Formats: sequence, structure tokens, C-alpha cells
Amino acid sequence: MTRILCLGTAVGTAAALTPSLVAGGHYVVLSIAWVVVAVLLATYATRRALLAKYLVPGTLLLVLFTVAPVLATVQMSTTNYGDGTRTTKEQTVARILANSVVPTPDSPTFNLSVATTGPGGFTFFLVDRATGRAYAGTPDGLAELSAEAVTVTRGFVTAAPGYTLLSAAQVNDAAEQLRDFAVPTEGGAILRRGLREAFEGRAVLRYDPESDTIVDQRSGTRYTVQRQGDREYYVDSGGERLSDQSWRAGVGLENYRRAFTDSRILGGFLRIFGWTVIFAAGSVLLTFAVGLALAGMLNDPRVRGQKWYRSILLLPYAIPGFISILVWSGFFNQEFGLINNLTGLSIDWLGDPFWAKVALLLLNLWLGFPYMFLVATGALQAIPGELKEAAIIDGAGGFTAFRRITFPLLLVAVAPILVASFAFNFNNFNVVELLTHGGPFTPDNPDAGATDILISYTVRLAFGAGGAQFGFAAAIATLLFVITGVLAAAQFRATRSLEEVH
Amino acid sequence: MRLTRLLAVLAATTLLPTAACTSGEPEAPAPASASAAAAAPSGGPARENADLVIWTSEAASRAVTPIAQRFGQENGITVAVQVIAADLAANAITANQAGNGPDILTLPNDFLGGALQNGTVKPLSLGAADLEAYEQSAIASVSRNGQVWALPYGMENLVLYRNTKAVPGAPATVEELVSTGQAAVRKGTVKRALSLPVGQEGDAYHMHPFFTSAGGSLFAMDASGQYDTTKVGIGSPESIAAAKKIAALGEKGSKVLSRSIDGSNAIAQFTAGNAAYLISGPWALADIRKSQLPYDITPIPPFQGGKPAAPFLGVQAFWMLSNAKNPAFAEEFVTKTMNTPEAMTAMYEQDPRPPVRTDVLATVSAQDADMGKLAAGARNATLLPDFPFMAGVWPPLGQAYATIVGGADPASTMTKTGRTIESAVRAK
Repeated sequence: MTRILCLGTAVGTAAALTPSLVAGGHYVVLSIAWVVVAVLLATYATRRALLAKYLVPGTLLLVLFTVAPVLATVQMSTTNYGDGTRTTKEQTVARILANSVVPTPDSPTFNLSVATTGPGGFTFFLVDRATGRAYAGTPDGLAELSAEAVTVTRGFVTAAPGYTLLSAAQVNDAAEQLRDFAVPTEGGAILRRGLREAFEGRAVLRYDPESDTIVDQRSGTRYTVQRQGDREYYVDSGGERLSDQSWRAGVGLENYRRAFTDSRILGGFLRIFGWTVIFAAGSVLLTFAVGLALAGMLNDPRVRGQKWYRSILLLPYAIPGFISILVWSGFFNQEFGLINNLTGLSIDWLGDPFWAKVALLLLNLWLGFPYMFLVATGALQAIPGELKEAAIIDGAGGFTAFRRITFPLLLVAVAPILVASFAFNFNNFNVVELLTHGGPFTPDNPDAGATDILISYTVRLAFGAGGAQFGFAAAIATLLFVITGVLAAAQFRATRSLEEVH
Repeated sequence: MRLTRLLAVLAATTLLPTAACTSGEPEAPAPASASAAAAAPSGGPARENADLVIWTSEAASRAVTPIAQRFGQENGITVAVQVIAADLAANAITANQAGNGPDILTLPNDFLGGALQNGTVKPLSLGAADLEAYEQSAIASVSRNGQVWALPYGMENLVLYRNTKAVPGAPATVEELVSTGQAAVRKGTVKRALSLPVGQEGDAYHMHPFFTSAGGSLFAMDASGQYDTTKVGIGSPESIAAAKKIAALGEKGSKVLSRSIDGSNAIAQFTAGNAAYLISGPWALADIRKSQLPYDITPIPPFQGGKPAAPFLGVQAFWMLSNAKNPAFAEEFVTKTMNTPEAMTAMYEQDPRPPVRTDVLATVSAQDADMGKLAAGARNATLLPDFPFMAGVWPPLGQAYATIVGGADPASTMTKTGRTIESAVRAK
């Protein structure tokens, strides 16, 4: 029964989504939705394929949310997608042409009423503001109207027999059809401006699809496609661009070549990789050490008011991270900051590369130790007290008992968490971005700061100093993916050996 | 038992990153100009569902909202004015390309370069008769390729705000500014001479008046007064000489400039009465007036025997987007409703900065002396450059200033920065 209900919901959701997806032209999404439904039906509607019943949900989620984004990123890394190349070539040409319409010198201004006689057929009823004469404009041309043909109220045509006048909202809704509507005149064409006004203007540029050139009709200059850097532009014979707008194109492995040959990027990448590992490992070790020490102390039954201490220690964890980070970035200010003021030091916390790294680790310690404290407390309480007792009876001191018995048992429980915490800090964008922005930077490399980790560096490459370079950032992200993959594999090997000891 | 607990903890770990994954950025009172192309890394703003959608800053929204609502009533449509606090330019470019951007937005003139490169905006289509009502320099700042791309409404440039209780008379030179400011510090009326945002990452926009007065330049100017981007001025001997003068004001010099002052606290230092002088723009005026501090506004003084101090001139404007869902309403709103003295006066009243509609500027200057003083600060100003590659120029230049203020060697810093900027300019 439940099964039928769930499957029915899946089919129903897909069916409900279909009309809007078709209307939006999202055929890829549409087919994915139905493939998912088909797979679900094939697995759960029958009594066969028992194993698949357990594997399909996980596999589907893996494909949709992990494999698909990775493939999309790899695909994007072979394009020049970014600022200036966000559009297709057709869109770029259309935009350049549409933007070349200028009002003719001393163009008259008309009061406009848009009228229609049926689907798709429009007429512009125009009243010249200077002379008060009324006209009817169609794609065939402009015709002056006699005073009796239409009703003119306060300078606007308000009624015309045989025509329906469009309201403001209707003009706006019909903007798509009206976009190419123009009343040809000697000097150019009469074009709509907003809802109630028209002017005479003309397009300066003309596109010739045969030769793929754009021609300036005033000067006769011809603009042809030419490659400059990783993109193409329309340029004149002197190499001067018609527009800075280019279009999206495949560039093969160019982005990877750039990542491996540009000394600035490569040098930055290796240094940042080193710091990322130190930052992630350092954060885990520091938070775990402090968390474990506090947990060990508070786990002693002789401590009174355990619950109070524990609650207080969890406070930093209860404050939203964003707020703590912003408050701490104020604490680290050299002149007005709390830390320097309390300690009487004058450390340039955020301006000196070394101290900025220390500040980042300190902040991450503050943010992370309650979590480790929580985990360690839980794990310590799960270790039977008899084991420690037995060790002490066998002659071990308190520290030896901890080192030889408690700690190895504890490690088995918390090792996966340490690995997860390492992975989390490896990509801990928020702390870096909100405290130091990756800085301090040096003027000769404004893309790679002293406290940048790989993810903040990638984000800066994608959206930062050089404008948006999505293609290039996708290539860096792909490389990052490979690196984290290798690291994760190594970590899993390490944890497995730990379990074997147990 | 242990396994379930472990699973619970593991689940908590995996949820942790998602919970912390909303985008957030401290709101700085600096103009959008200096970092036009930096974008929010995760999830931009979403377009509200209305018949006319306007994206704007907090200050401008106060004026735009009532005008837009009246426009909505007159035309029987719904309007939404959304305040986009961070990275409006980059978010709008991305959203417009995806087809869910606003119909209209407000940004300074330096949006033009990136907007044209991405085909984000469409031209104004107003005739010469309409455009004559505006300051020609303001129209020129949003013109390119024979088209006007936005309707300007207000200008902004840096000026010198002075706490008249600490220093009664306006300084004629930077040297006088330093000596009078430090005298006020010695007397105990204030804690520091000057509040000028530097920060750890530097601020090329706010440092520009001192830099130009000391002889530096961003690019050479060609005969027609346009930037000649083939000749980068950073790294030249003049720029090094200018950097030395800035270093002399820095943490190893007279300590007038400090990296501890940044965009988040510069105005507050002045309004709290801690600083004798503040270098900022019209956006600081509302806070200063609220603080009841006695103040005066004068143009930024030059160094003794130096060139005039040239701040950047920015022009705030209304832009229509190329992929607007409601292009006819957008065009009607910008070219008819906003293009009136009443609407432009309303903009000034809610977001006080010198209007660029000449008739409104005349009326407003007669009532509000500060507007004339702000406009006077623009006398030596140069237009805020709008080249898309400026996104690769502002950060290293700002960083260079911050490093120099911190005490680094001006000559080698400027030379290195010049090389970085050359490569950023050449790449495009």
C-alpha cells in the first residue's frame, strides 16, 4: 500500500512538472525526471530484483548529486565560459544589432496607442506631439489619418473603429511580439519607447549572415570575426573591436594548459595546497586536543557541577558561526581589537602572513573545540570503566592507562570523525573568507593570499580579480577534485588499518 | 549502542557544512564602484515575482520605493523594489543572463564596461531634447558607441569632512591637514587626525586623491581627456615618488594613515568624534548629520606644491536590463517617470547627493549648502574608469597602498604592482 502511494507520488510529481518544463524548454531536466521515475517503477513495482531495491536510492542520489555536477564541471572546464562569453554567438550578434538603434537627429516624438485587429496584427496609432496630427503606422508604412477616423483625447488616440486598443499591461505582455515591430519611414523606422511613446530611429549596424560580417551603414566599416586570446570578436580591418562582447566556445584543454604553465598560478597553487593541508590538519589536531583534554577532565566523577561546565563549554557551538567569525575579526584589529588591547601586544594579526595564519587557527579552535569535546565525552563514556580499573590493578599509572587503554579505544570510535572533520576543514570556505578574505596579499600576486585555502582560491579565480572566469575555475575545481579524491582514498586506507588493530 | 551514537555524530558532521552554507558579507559603506566584478560565491539574490522589479541599494530604495509604488497604481501593476546589499553588479549580470534578473537596477557608471561586455543592458533611446536637461559630464559617463546606456540621477566623489570643533579652519594643503589634525589630538579633542579607509586589503578608490596630488596617475590621458590604457601609470617614477609621500603619512611615518581604519569603521570613527578629518563621499552625509557633530565640507587639499587632488567622479544611474521580463514597463518607468524634476528631487531627498538634472541641482543647491560643497569637491575629479579589466587593477593597487601604509618599501612595491597591473590590462 505504502509502496503504491510512494510510486504514485513520484509519477504524479513528474507529471505535474512536465507542462512547466516543456514550456520552459528544459528538455534535459524533463527526460532526467522521467528516467528516474522509470527506474523507480522498474525496481519497486515488481517483486524481482531484490538487491536493486536496496541499491537504487543511493545510486540515484549519487548520480544526480555527485556524478552529474562533476561531469558538468569537467565539461565546463573545456570552454571559455566567463565574463564576456556568457552568451551564444547568435545572442551576441542579436544584442549588438539591437543596441545599435539610435534616434534620428530631430526625430519627432509621438504619443502612442498600440492597437490590434486580431492575433499578431498590430497597428501603432501615433499623434505627433509638436503638430497634433494623427497617423496609423503598420509594417507597410505610415498613413496620416483624417480627424474623423479616430477619437483623440488629450493627445492620444483613445478609440478607433475596428481596432482594440491595448492597455499598459497588455503592451508589456506583448513586448516579445512588439520587439521587432517597426513602422518604416524615409529616415529609418518609428519605434516604441516604453508604453505610450514612439520615436523615429534607425539601426546603424546590419548583419550579413553569408559572409558573417557586421556592417556599419553610416561609415561602411565591415567587422569580421577574429580570434583574440581565448575568444573571438567582431573587429574592423585595424583590429579594433566593435564590441567587447564575445561568445561561448570550446577551448579544449587550454584552461588546463594555463593552470600548469602560468608560473603565478602554479606557484600559488602549490603553496596554497601546502597551507590547506596544514590548516585542515592543524585545526583537527588543535580542536581534538583541547576537546579531549576538557572531556577527560570533566569525565572525572570527582568534578562537581559537570553539567554546568559542559553546558558552558558548548556555548561557542551554539552561537551561529557567521556571527562569531565577524566578532572575532573585530577582536583581531591591530589598533582597536580586544586581543591586543587586553594583552598589551601590538601584533598585526591580519596583516602579517604568519600571524594571520595563527589567527585563523585560533578562531577555528574556538569554533571547533566544543564539537570535539562533545564527541570525546560521548566516546569516553562508552568505554567501560573496568578496562581502566583492570589496567591500574595490573600496575599501570593513570597516564599509562590512558595512553595504552583508553586512548586507542577512543581513537577507534572517533577516527572517522577526525577524517570527516579534516575533510570539512579542507574546504572550510566560510572561516577563511569572513576572517581574512584569504589575505594578506602581496601586490605582485593579488589572486593568492597567505591564508588562502584551495577552495577560497578557486572561488577568487572564478569570481574575483579577473572578473568571472567560470571555465578556468572549473578546470581548477576538476584538479581539486582529483587531489581530494586521492587524499580521501589515503585516509580511508589509514582508518582501515586502525580498525584492523582493534 | 556505540554504533548508533557514532552514526548520529556522523550525520551531524555531514549536516554541518550545509547548515553553514548561506551567503553573507558584512555590509561596507563604500561605493559599489571599487569592486564591481566580485560576486557572491553561493546563491545570488532571487528576483521577486512582480510586474516591475527594481534592484537597488538601501539608500536609493527609500526614494525609489514610493515612486515605483505610485507608478504601479497608475498602471495597475505590482512593483517590487529589492535591496541588494552585496555585489549587485555581478549578481545582476548573472541573473540577467539566466533570464531571472530585475527589469531595472541602480548602479554607478563604472557598471558600463562589464555590462556591455556581457550584453546586460540596453540603451536609453532618449532624444537630445530629453538629455539636454542633464549635466553633460554625467551623460558622457554612461555613453559609449554613440548610445546613452543609463539615466543618471546623482553624482558622488570624495570630499574632506572636518570636525569644526576640533579644527575650525579648512586646511589648504595635506601638510596643514596633518599638522592641524595632530594639534587637535595633542589637545585631546580627538584621538586621531584623519580617518581614511585603508584596511588590510587597501582601498585604491579612497587613496586616489592623495596619489594624484603627489603626482601619480592610474593611466595616461590622451588628447581628448580619455584614459589611454596602453600607458599604465603605476610603477612609473612618478608613482614611486607619490608612494613615498603616502608612506610618509603611514604607520612608519606620521601615522595619519593606518590599516586599522577600514571601510567598516572609517565613518564611525568620525561620527563618534574620534577623528578630526574624514575623507569620504556623499554616502557618509546621512550618518554625519545624524551624529549632530559640527562639520564642514571642503575639497580634498593637495600636497604643498603638488598637483590638484583628483578624486574619482562616479555617477549613479538607472539601467534597463536586456533580458527584462517587463521591458515596456521598465522603459516607461526610466524614460518617463524618473526623467522628471519631481522624481529626481525625491531621489535627492532620500539619498542626499548632488543631482545631475541641472534644474534640480540649481534648486537643491540653493536650499542645501552641502550639495554645492560636495559638487565643488568634484572640480578636479576624473571619471571613474569602467573597463572590465579594472577588476584586476583595483585589488593589487589597493594592496600596494595597504602594504606601503604598513611600512613596506614604496619603490619595489610600486614596481611589482605596476607589473601585475600591466598584465591584467594586457590580458583583456
